[in-house]
This record gives sequence, structure tokens and C-alpha cells, in this order.
Amino acid sequence: MTAAFTSATADKAARPSRRRTLAGWFLLPATAVLVVFFFYPLAAIVWQSFTQPSYGVGHYLALLNDGVSTTVLLRTLRTALVVSTCTLFIAYPFAYAMTKVAPRARGVLMLLVLLPFWTSVMARNYAWYLLEQRDGVIERLFSAIGFDGVVLLGTVTGVTVAMVQVMLPFMVLPLYSSMSSIDRRLLDAAVSLGASPYRALRTVYLPLSLPGVVSGCSLVFIMTLGFFVTPALLGSPQESLISQVIQTRVSSLLDFPGGGALGTVLLVVTLVLLFAVSRISRPTAGLSKVVDGA
Amino acid sequence: MNKSGHGITISSVTKVFGGLQRPAVDNVSLTIAPGEFMTFLGPSGSGKTTMLSMIAGITSLTTGSICVDGQDISPLKPHKRNLGVVFQQYALFPHMSVAKNIAYPLQQRGMAKKDIAAKVDEALELVHLRDCADRLPRQLSGGQQQRVALARAVVYQPRALLMDEPLGALDKRLRDQLQREIARMHRELGMTFIFVTHDQHEALTLSDRIAVFNEGRIEQVGTPAELYEHPATLFVAQFLGESNTFSGPDRTGSVVVVRPERLDLHPHGSSIPPGHNSLEATVTNIVYVGNHHQVGLHFADNTQGTAMRLAGTPVPAMPGETVTVSWHPDHQAVVPDPAAAAAETEPSGQSDTPRLTQPAI
Repeated sequence: MTAAFTSATADKAARPSRRRTLAGWFLLPATAVLVVFFFYPLAAIVWQSFTQPSYGVGHYLALLNDGVSTTVLLRTLRTALVVSTCTLFIAYPFAYAMTKVAPRARGVLMLLVLLPFWTSVMARNYAWYLLEQRDGVIERLFSAIGFDGVVLLGTVTGVTVAMVQVMLPFMVLPLYSSMSSIDRRLLDAAVSLGASPYRALRTVYLPLSLPGVVSGCSLVFIMTLGFFVTPALLGSPQESLISQVIQTRVSSLLDFPGGGALGTVLLVVTLVLLFAVSRISRPTAGLSKVVDGA
Repeated sequence: MNKSGHGITISSVTKVFGGLQRPAVDNVSLTIAPGEFMTFLGPSGSGKTTMLSMIAGITSLTTGSICVDGQDISPLKPHKRNLGVVFQQYALFPHMSVAKNIAYPLQQRGMAKKDIAAKVDEALELVHLRDCADRLPRQLSGGQQQRVALARAVVYQPRALLMDEPLGALDKRLRDQLQREIARMHRELGMTFIFVTHDQHEALTLSDRIAVFNEGRIEQVGTPAELYEHPATLFVAQFLGESNTFSGPDRTGSVVVVRPERLDLHPHGSSIPPGHNSLEATVTNIVYVGNHHQVGLHFADNTQGTAMRLAGTPVPAMPGETVTVSWHPDHQAVVPDPAAAAAETEPSGQSDTPRLTQPAI
């Protein structure tokens, strides 16, 4: 009996490590693909930006001093901020409604979110092209109510509007998943304690939905920073965003090290932001665990 | 101390949920005295929780009124009612510390910061959780969380404390401990308490009075002793404690209920005390339960029953032997037979009601 018992525990102790080795083998294909097609090219781009045609930080200094790159970077950051804010304000009530309605209606709302998600990005962007172009639907709509000459095509506003639509699912889904885990009885409790329904939402629901807000916003913000198709199609070279500039450098000017330097800057900015967000949301990250556990 | 209690009057309250035929609460009227500990007892689906949440304002009334100190509160929004509510799943705010949770209702009332601190301290003292003030709810045990919920629900001196199965999620030891704490809080605060439970022991130990709910109606209201000794209906007799049921002497649709501990057992053929009712039965089994023996009885008409013999009192028969069972008429309750009543109104209904009846007497 004792022998059986000890051998059982020994077996238990041995199993996890064997399992871990096995898991390591399962990860091999993915790791190989990442190394060959992602880490190596990435390292090569960063390396080139410091080494060609000569060793040094010349490309980075040039970016600082050419008067364009910093403007483009700031414009990109501003656009990403505006896009995430607008998306948040549209998605928050939408996700909230999804948690409130009957299951059937929830299915319909979910479909509304996912339908554009399943549609090709090119199709959606060309749809916006048609809407925003000169004498398009949007211009005619605005001139009908007395505002002539509203052409969004070729403006940062036009790009922003389209990006908000494209990014909506990435905001709605994390918000919905965070909101649906909130125990609505907490609102009953808050109201029974003397909070008006509005105050109950603000003091209980809103803080508990913050993990979803943080993850939705960082997802949208970071994806917007590097977005290429929408600004390339709907924006203009005069008001270009960073991905367009990188593309121009690499494919038109064949300035691989310069483009690499810009790309590296974008990557660093993104990583710094991600790090900052993870720092800020640490108490809320712990919080989301509580909400899940409740 | 009892001055702080407020009376609650429930008048002809009915609740019909959308799309349902049978009302969840059906024409319930009840007067709860200031400072009283009133328990709503009943099985799940009996309407007790719906009644409580109508008092709290979480559920709206279909018809009727609920008054606190004579003022009709049914048109008031829940946050204007000034009642304390404790939920089964604690419902503590997970993003706030214990102290912040307790301070929440005081903040909603616009109390000054330093007064809040003093009140929170007092409430923490009341539930013996001073050391936990800065912890988050998830760092506390279930029992501690429910004590925080209790402190939060009484800190603003609400007009009454409503508790919806507050001990339901706890294990037995914690439940007993918290029962004592709730009883102590009731004594110390002198507040009107309304306590919802399906647990008869909780109801019997804690309450001043119990309202027994069944199918949306109140079957009987009374002190624990009244309900136990003199159940008005078969449902009350069977829901509260164990009982032996025999069909009535006149066979006109009434049932005689006798508690197991009121049954005397005599060796077959011996004389019974004068004035007692008696029956013959076969002992089916004898179970030793520590402080008493539980004696299974099989009556002549194939119905089963139980008698209780305190430890030290011998059981006058072995399993398989016949005994004479007797009891004093003072210890029996005569209640209407629901099967007979149902047969009059709707012949097919209620046929599954256990008929532990025994003719004669």
C-alpha cells in the first residue's frame, strides 16, 4: 500500500516535466516560422538601419532633422488617439447594450460587429473610397443639408472616419467580454445602498469594465499606428501617416536603411506604449481576475 | 433600543411576472412589528425572495402596497427607500477595499469624510473585522465577506435590514457562527430584520415570527413554537420538522398531525394513559442518533411514521414487534386535508401529495 502510494507520487512528479518537454516540441513549428520569417527580417532591418551605408545613428538623426518624419510620427500618434477615442465612445454603449438585451438580439448585434470583420479589408476600404470621393454619397448628403464641398477623400478626417469603422470590432469584443463578466447584482446592491442608477453605473460598473476599456484601446491604438491600407487609399501624400512614408521610402526611393529606421522608431514607440499601459493597468489587471472569479 | 425599529405593513401584494399564468406572489398581507425579526420561510419558488425584493424595490409590484411606518414606499425608487439589503452572494464591490465598501452607502448620503471614517470603524467593530479594513473582498473568506455585507447594510441605519438567504453559500460551521452573529446584531441594533430562508432550523432559531410561504401565498404566520406545535396546514407541518399524519376522526377531509417526540410507545397489549389517542404499529427499524433513538413505525394501513425516544428511555419493542402508539390530544394538530380540498376543486390535481394517513382513533 505504501509502496503503491510513493510510486504514485513519484509518477505525478515526473509527469509535468515530461509534459513540458512534449509541449516544447509542439511549439517547434511555430517557433521556426517566427524565427525565419519574423525575427530574422526584423533583426536585419534594425541592423541595416544602424550599419548601412556606414556604422552609426545617422539615419535616426536625419529623421529627427528632416522636419517631416517627426511631423508624420506626431500626426500618426494623434490620429491613433482620435481613432481609439471615437471607437471607444461608439463601442462602449454598443457593448453595454449587448449585455442587456435578450440572447436573440445579442446574436444579431454580435453579427453586426462581426460581419464587417469577415469582409475583406480591401472591399471595406474601397466602399469608403466610394462614399468619400468627390460627388460621393457623403458630399451629396452634406450638400443636401446646406454644407457644400465636404470631400473627406484625401484628408486625415476621411482616414479617421474609415479607420473608426474598421477598428470597431477590436473595441467591441474586448469590451463585451469584460462587461459580460460583471455581476449585475452588484448594481442592485449599489442601488439598495442609496446610489441612483446613474451613480451605480459610474461608481461600480464603469470601474469594473476598465480592463476591457484598457485592452480595447491599446489594441485599436497600436493597430491604428501601423495601419497602411486605409491611409494609403483614402489619405493623401501631403498628409501621410507613418506607414505610408515607410512604404514610399522602401519601394519608391529604395532607401531600405532609412525606412528601417522609421520602422524601428514605430516599433519602439509601440513597445513603450504597451509597457506603459501594462504598468498603468496593473491594479485593474488584478481586478479583472476578481471579476472573473466572482 | 427597540425605538430604532420601523414597522412594515404589506397589504394585498401580488406579483405576476410577464408571460406567466400563476402569480409569483399571490395577494400577500402581513404586518411586521417595529424591531421584529421576521423570517420568510418556504421552498424555492414559493415567492419569499420575490416578496423580499419587492420590499427592497428591486422588483416592482403588480398590485397592492408596502408601507413603512404608514408611508407607502411602493412608488419610491429603490435608492430612496433607505432599507438595507444583504444578498446571498454577498455582492461586495470587488474593486473596493472592505472599508470603502462599508463607506459606500454613507458617501451616497453625502456624509462628511471624518464622520464616515468613524461610522465605518464602528461597523467594522460590530462584525469583528477591524483588521480587515484595507483588504479587498477576494482576500476574505466567505463568512468574512458576508459579515462585511452585513456591516455595509446596517452602517447607515436603514429602516429595516432585508436578508436574502444570507447563509446559503456558507458551510455548516460558518452558518451556525453567522446565525449567532445575526441574532446578536438584531439584539444590539434593535432594527427590524426580514430574513429569507428555506432552512427550517435557521428560521426556528433566529425568528421572532415566521411567515411560511407556499406557491406565492402565506400558509401561516406565527412564532416558531406556534408553527411547530400548532401548524395550521399540512404543508406547514411537513415543512417545519418531521410529523406523523393520520386521517381525521370524522373522515371529513381533515388530517391529524403529531410530532415524533410526542408519540409514546407501549408494549403491545399494555394499558395506555387515560385520555390518550392510540394506534397499533409494527416497529420497522430503530436508528441510534446519539441523543435519541429514531423508531420507524409501520401502521396497520401500510403508512409509515416515526417516533423519537430520548437517549435513556428504552424502546419497548424490537424491530418486527408490535407496539401501541399513543399521544395526548393536546399534542396533535388537526389540519385540513389538501388532497380532499383539491379533489373538491380540481379532481386531477394534487394527487401526488403524500397520504400518510391512518384511519381510526
